[in-house]
Amino acid sequence: MSNPQRSFFFNVDWLTVFIYLALCTIGVLSIHSAVFDPKNPSIVDMDTNYGKQFIFVIISVVLGIFILLLESRFLSALAPTIYTVTTLLLLLVLIIGRNVGGNQAWISLPGGIRLQPAEFAKYATCLLLARYLSGTNIKVTEIKSFAIAAAIIFFPMLLILLQPDAGSTLVFSSLLFVLYREGLSPYFLILEGLFITLFVLTLKLNNMPLIIGVIIALTLVIVLLFKRNRKIITTVLLGAAILISFAFSVKFLYTSVLKPHQKTRIDIVLGITNDLRGKGYNVNQSKIAIGSGKLWGKGYMQGTQTKYSFVPEQSTDFIFCTVGEEFGFAGSVVVLGLYLLLVLRIIYIAERQRSPFSRIYAYGVGSVIFFHVVINIGMTIGIVPSIGIPLPLISYGGSSLLSFTLMIFTLIKLDSNRMGMIYA
Amino acid sequence: MNQFFERRYVIGGIFIALTLILLGRLFYIQIIDDRYLLYANKNVIRQFIKYPARGPILDRNGRTLVKNELVYDISVIPKQVKPFDTLEFCKLIGINKTEFDKLFLKAIKYSPNLSSSFEKQLSPQLYASLQERMSEFQGFSVEEHPIRSYPDSVAAQFLGGIGEVNDATIAKYGGYYRLGDYIGTSGVEKAYETVLRGQRGVQNKMVDSRGIPKGSYANGAYDTVAISGERLTSSLDITLQKLGEKLMQNKVGSIVAIEPSTGEILAFVSSPGYDPNLLVGHDRGTNYHLLATNPYKPFLVRPIQANYPPGSSFKPLSALIALQEGIITPQTTYNCPGYYMSGNRQVKCTHVHGIVNLSGAVAGSCNGYFSMVFQKLIDKNGPKLTDTTFNDWRNNVAKFGLGSRIGVDLPAERAGYLPKAALYDKMYKGPRWRASTVLSLAIGQGELGATPLQLANIECTIANHGFYYTPHLIKGIGTKNIIKPEYLIKHDVGIDYQYFEPVIDGMQAVVENGTAIQSKIPGIIMCGKTGTAQNPHGENHSIFVAFAPRENPKIAIAVIVENSGEGAHWAAPIASFIVEKYLTGSISPRESGITPEHFIEANRLPEITTYSGNKAKTAKADSIKKLKLDSIRKKGLIKSASNKNKKDIPIKYLAAIKPKDDE
Repeated sequence: MSNPQRSFFFNVDWLTVFIYLALCTIGVLSIHSAVFDPKNPSIVDMDTNYGKQFIFVIISVVLGIFILLLESRFLSALAPTIYTVTTLLLLLVLIIGRNVGGNQAWISLPGGIRLQPAEFAKYATCLLLARYLSGTNIKVTEIKSFAIAAAIIFFPMLLILLQPDAGSTLVFSSLLFVLYREGLSPYFLILEGLFITLFVLTLKLNNMPLIIGVIIALTLVIVLLFKRNRKIITTVLLGAAILISFAFSVKFLYTSVLKPHQKTRIDIVLGITNDLRGKGYNVNQSKIAIGSGKLWGKGYMQGTQTKYSFVPEQSTDFIFCTVGEEFGFAGSVVVLGLYLLLVLRIIYIAERQRSPFSRIYAYGVGSVIFFHVVINIGMTIGIVPSIGIPLPLISYGGSSLLSFTLMIFTLIKLDSNRMGMIYA
Repeated sequence: MNQFFERRYVIGGIFIALTLILLGRLFYIQIIDDRYLLYANKNVIRQFIKYPARGPILDRNGRTLVKNELVYDISVIPKQVKPFDTLEFCKLIGINKTEFDKLFLKAIKYSPNLSSSFEKQLSPQLYASLQERMSEFQGFSVEEHPIRSYPDSVAAQFLGGIGEVNDATIAKYGGYYRLGDYIGTSGVEKAYETVLRGQRGVQNKMVDSRGIPKGSYANGAYDTVAISGERLTSSLDITLQKLGEKLMQNKVGSIVAIEPSTGEILAFVSSPGYDPNLLVGHDRGTNYHLLATNPYKPFLVRPIQANYPPGSSFKPLSALIALQEGIITPQTTYNCPGYYMSGNRQVKCTHVHGIVNLSGAVAGSCNGYFSMVFQKLIDKNGPKLTDTTFNDWRNNVAKFGLGSRIGVDLPAERAGYLPKAALYDKMYKGPRWRASTVLSLAIGQGELGATPLQLANIECTIANHGFYYTPHLIKGIGTKNIIKPEYLIKHDVGIDYQYFEPVIDGMQAVVENGTAIQSKIPGIIMCGKTGTAQNPHGENHSIFVAFAPRENPKIAIAVIVENSGEGAHWAAPIASFIVEKYLTGSISPRESGITPEHFIEANRLPEITTYSGNKAKTAKADSIKKLKLDSIRKKGLIKSASNKNKKDIPIKYLAAIKPKDDE
């Protein structure tokens, strides 16, 4: 069916492309609003974040088209190489990296360009994970395959954690969805959900006997209800043991491992402390910006919180404030809607692939994007601790934009070839 | 497609669920919770107050007594300062390099980004030379700031002053005033504060996170403009006031002159006075302290706050009440042997007057005559009813405005003192006192105290033949010259018209050929009465009350010169100059040869011990003054009000307590 003579754009999923372009446009406009200086109102000024982002978008679109020109086979074959290169870069950044804001995450290149290898590591990991799991006789339910898949994910995580960039590290945990889709036991997802609940409860209630007591009571109830079913009893007992040990390790982690600033961030989200002038200032101002947008917002470039620099990091991590403040709840719905549409479309695309590589890769991309969105927006409205990760395609930052472009356009390329040969 | 195909719904479901959680939270903070919009506005909107110009005060002929003068405050934003010629800048604003460094450091400490005050209240002259070169001094800016200015340096205690509000004032006025606001603290400035202050305007500006203003909010839709305070037209005659202050310099006392037909106060001299310009501007604090510690108490508003026994000036009033009560007729006589015997008590008289009738007794100030009248009056219902009869007399006196606040439009007026029978009941342990016991009241001594304003008001009443208008200082508020309604009410004192003539005859004789003959004004019939108030602390106070001309009186006056002996010697001549100046515009040579210059130059300041009560200090006031003057000159403590550039010119200490000799 494939015909090399056909247009490069044959079978391209235009909906995805449209969402991509829409989000990039919203990004450029939001950054423009965030950094706009009435004294210097030029449209493209390479000195402003806005001007730079505009250039990044153009480069990204060119890169996207370039990817569409590649052979699909090429992308799959290149996976180990790309993974190796990004791993090397992650090592390099630990040695020669530039330290910005406590994170040694940037490599300075000639011409004032700064590269953030962690952003590209997400792309590389998605590719390699897809490549590995799509291999014949690889099943995540088997302990060996699972261990290798986990290692592919954990290795870059470890290197990024050394920077230390906690936000980017956590992004990789979203790849659990990929493993789940490929057959990993749902208990892992359930357990993850329970972990998060328990994590919050442990810190919020700060009452270990109560929590342990509740876990034991619930376990007993389930055991009594399903007396006959030994499998369930075993599972529940195991789960209870894991949960109890988790609760204790959270306590330990919180009191002994986490750094004070990380503790404070968690405390603020959980409402344990309320330091609006100090550590809680950013999130509080961000909430004020978004909350003051009401239904329709204050209008483009009329946001007082962003215009008069009450919101920090407003073109990068807190870019969503501009959307929320200037376009209100309506704008928030549109942006969140676009992201949801994008990730659901990616799942749809994934499921129409004949090639497991393409499917697994697509799930990886969808999970990473969605994780970014939930964590970033959740942070700006104060339901997730401040973790510095960008809002995909909207936040200012070349590395991030290029990385997401690579992810999405690689997917589009693979998808456009879905009727063709299965390469891997 | 594989066996886990259905798991896409689980993953998709989780994605949708998480998105809905985010949307729910967004819905809550953006739609339901209104606090965030309030917080955002609180963050960004700052109210900047626009201060209205305080109303000016004019004299009765439209000459300015108080106006607003602009001074210039320099502010600096340290971060915006570019290198400049520091020495030249210092020279221009009149400070030295050390001061400059200190001020600049203070500004940086306050905030490098925000504007902070650098040097305050530069005179317009200094500003003029600075303005041309402001462009050289980036980061510095100049703001205008109005202060009170007194072109003729007169009527300080009358006009009063303004000062920054304190916490108590802010609490008292329920939040109208804010820290840093000014409020009238004394005199007219205080009495007419609500009229003079005008209405503040508010400008809503948006500020960034560092508090730097970035523009107006909602294009000024919620801004209000400042409305200037109302103009006040006072009843004061600036020429008369200046003459009065000059005549009273180096003396302690008061002059109050009133227009009888309206109650408008024409002159209001409280001596020692001071130059009101000393209490504004840069050196206010230093000057205030010097004045506040001055032993002659220049801050005491003597015309309304000092009490004097009226002495003989009370006699016309005594006579009027007796006439009205039918105790005497104008023809009633008394054969004065030089004293009056009440029982075995002897009241001394100044002379042996022989047979005198009412007019003669007033003209000759016969103590005997008035003691007789008083005794007759109090005893008219028999000795048993002394109490009630006395109270009737007292109430008749009170109708003239004695013993209670007259209600002049100035704060802190004193009531004077007019006793009730109860006082004597207490003093003599029951109603065991008689007319003879309180006989000294007949001649204005004893338990009697009147403010100079009350004394002048009695003269108004006599001039008007039986009524007065409450004396007041402000005859018109605003451009429409609105007058307070209470000043249009005629107060009747309950004495019939015909009883005034014989008393006035006597008062005319006082000046024509009586005690005050020295003060006779050529061509003008002045009716007056001298008084010499006994003063337990030192020499008697010299008192003179009068009105003129006799027909259709234009001015009523009370003059008190403390510790200067007889009324005829000091108070009466001073009063006559004021009266003549007001009626004719000039002062003509007198038959008696007295000249205003003599009185202007005379020094009647009492010894300092009289005031401080410190017996160790027996030196004459002059020498103490001289000592003080020397020490102050050395320290350069007294500085001129707003002319900082003239700070080297020595200003005499007395500038603080005497008006300028510039007429």
